[in-house]
Amino acid sequence: MHQTPLSTPGEVSDALKSVDYLSDPTISQTVFLAERLGKPVLVEGPAGVGKTELAKALAKVHNRRLIRLQCYEGLDEAKALYEWNYKKQLLRIQADQGADWQDIENNIFGESFLLARPLLEAITATEPVVLLIDEVDRVEVETEALLLEVLSDFQVSIPELGTIQAASEPIVILTSNNTRELSEALKRRCLFLHIGYPTIDREKEIILARVEGITDHLADQVARVVRSVRGHQLRKPPSVSETLDWARTLIELGISEVDAAAVRDTLNVLLKYQTDIETVRASYASPDLDDR
Amino acid sequence: MLIDVLGGFIQELRTAGIPVSMVETIDAMEALRHTDVGDRQAFKAALGATLVKNVRHYEAFDVAFEVYFALSRTSPAASGAESNSPSGDGATHGGGGEADLEQLLQALARALAADDTGALQMLSRQAVSRLAGMEPGRPVGGTYYLYRTLRQLNVEELLDQLVAQALAGAGEPLSEFDGRLIREEMQQRVDRLRDELEAEIRRRLVADRGAEAVAKTLRKPLIEDTELMHATRADLVQLEHVIQPLTRKLAARLARRRRLRRDGRLDFRRTMRRSLATGGVPIEPQFRAPKPSKPEVFLLCDISGSMATFARFALQFVYAMSNEFSNLRAFAFIDALDDVTDFFDRDTEFAGVLQRISSEAEVVWLDGHSDYGRSLEQFWTRYGQLLTARSTVIITGDARSNYRDPQAEVLEQVRDVAKAVYWLNPEPRSYWNTGDSVMGKYAVSCDEVFEVRNLRQLEKFVESIAQQHHGRVRLRKVG
Repeated sequence: MHQTPLSTPGEVSDALKSVDYLSDPTISQTVFLAERLGKPVLVEGPAGVGKTELAKALAKVHNRRLIRLQCYEGLDEAKALYEWNYKKQLLRIQADQGADWQDIENNIFGESFLLARPLLEAITATEPVVLLIDEVDRVEVETEALLLEVLSDFQVSIPELGTIQAASEPIVILTSNNTRELSEALKRRCLFLHIGYPTIDREKEIILARVEGITDHLADQVARVVRSVRGHQLRKPPSVSETLDWARTLIELGISEVDAAAVRDTLNVLLKYQTDIETVRASYASPDLDDR
Repeated sequence: MLIDVLGGFIQELRTAGIPVSMVETIDAMEALRHTDVGDRQAFKAALGATLVKNVRHYEAFDVAFEVYFALSRTSPAASGAESNSPSGDGATHGGGGEADLEQLLQALARALAADDTGALQMLSRQAVSRLAGMEPGRPVGGTYYLYRTLRQLNVEELLDQLVAQALAGAGEPLSEFDGRLIREEMQQRVDRLRDELEAEIRRRLVADRGAEAVAKTLRKPLIEDTELMHATRADLVQLEHVIQPLTRKLAARLARRRRLRRDGRLDFRRTMRRSLATGGVPIEPQFRAPKPSKPEVFLLCDISGSMATFARFALQFVYAMSNEFSNLRAFAFIDALDDVTDFFDRDTEFAGVLQRISSEAEVVWLDGHSDYGRSLEQFWTRYGQLLTARSTVIITGDARSNYRDPQAEVLEQVRDVAKAVYWLNPEPRSYWNTGDSVMGKYAVSCDEVFEVRNLRQLEKFVESIAQQHHGRVRLRKVG
């Protein structure tokens, strides 16, 4: 695996492919630039197209540890950055009754009383890591500010301790499902990457790489049918993850040839809303599509 | 040289409404140092990643990129090929005879069938130079030239031919389902031919009139700046996609679970339990979380003729909202008001909803001209008893009541009961209270009136009720 930075976007593609992540030129170029410029990448796109997967693949490529901060509404400093271990502090104070207060104070605000949360952990790690900040659009705008210092300078300021600088620069990936507009300040600090639905050829490759025991022919058919399904007016068009689930289902069922009937029977794997299922089912149900 | 073009390009992005900051410009420069500028795709990706931070802006970015960096695609090989067509009839180039066109069509069909991008680009060049009949100096965007080329290429026939070929080439007889997949795929390739032709025409326009002038012709407002009153059908489809996250936000705002726990009462039990860890000293008092209020939303939409486009948008908004709120009631009115909540059922598509409203809802009483006074009065007498202190009333319309009695006192009554009344007016603020607009009479009975001419302003409305909502709750608590 690679410890040194990759020297061309082409190498990025190859390296990602070696860990079964099928990239496209835009993804490779952006990832490559992010490493070159030392900037975080903000990845946006519909659910299930492989945003989180990209961070995992990068960690594998570079043989680095993946530190993940899952965002949610109400995430705060104590959960994202650091927290003082006050129970340990209290114990320390009680254990040392009668000691000079000045000594104790210096002592209890030391690093051994600090509980590192993902962001601080990523900064203080001795070997470089990949930091994944997942679904960043879920935190409130005010909480976003917590991330800014880490993202632009790779450092964390703790009032009692001073500034902790990153020992090594982490690769930072942020993902967003675009449920709300992220702040300008955050976006300015990141490179932006939109991952949409893949082209037929790329999707076929992804299926071949990810689904065990699938034939080239079936993978081709699956990719083409999924593209056709996405052409309908749907509330939630199928993503790559649903495509893979569907391909696996077809194999489980022993279907080696996809026809209209097979699609209709297994649509519930591909689509999540009853209305969507009905729309597509009706579209494929017209009598002239069956050749009985 | 590149710096100059880049400067013009970034200027164009800004003019189109994409916010590009100084830092991002520097990032773009820095990124280009690490990029193979000869690789068009990589070059575009580098600029995209550093300059555009919103998917909604990609379309404008694409157009500007095509215009400003159109010429950089002309590699020597490709331009040489123009006078030397693959079928070897270089001598007759420019003749444009029947036989010639036939050959071009065949070559195109072959390129499309083989999915050969290089050949497709080359042939697009030829097609444009032979068929588009471009005249230098005309300040046009190129749609006419494109139309003209496509018509002569007869793309419909080309598509049929491709499908027939693919079906015949498959050997064994294919099912109708496979046939359909093939047709869809070929359709996509033909669409790509169309894109190539468009790009080629644009390239020639730029060569003729310069990038800046062409960019100006092609510039369209960003989707968030599109006037809702005059949106085209295509705009509305695009809006449909961006409106979903917005309604989710609105839902979250109205139901705002206040995370400031201190607003709640002391939770004695949890405080005591926590204190065990600190030897019985209650260091961290725990508070009960306030119960999230269940918002009720009453939406009143004017769907009269003058508001047709906006009404469609407003209903789209309602449709999206109805998926987020369980307590939403929607009303449509022209000169009569009807409850249309039941039309927005989860299992019907928006187009179906629209159709049912226009055919089944009883919104016309006399002549089909807006009558706000009568509609409001009907709302109050029929549904007024449903309003509670948790209800938010949102009215959308231009408040042009055709000189009929506005009955503003009814709205006053509504407001006395409801938590808040908001009015969204799609007209420019300067038009309010001119002619038959009685916005001012209603405004006094509204908590706030918003000018919502585009999506950006709708977003602002959503943002601002978050704050007001918060403030209001506090006031009630004190009182």
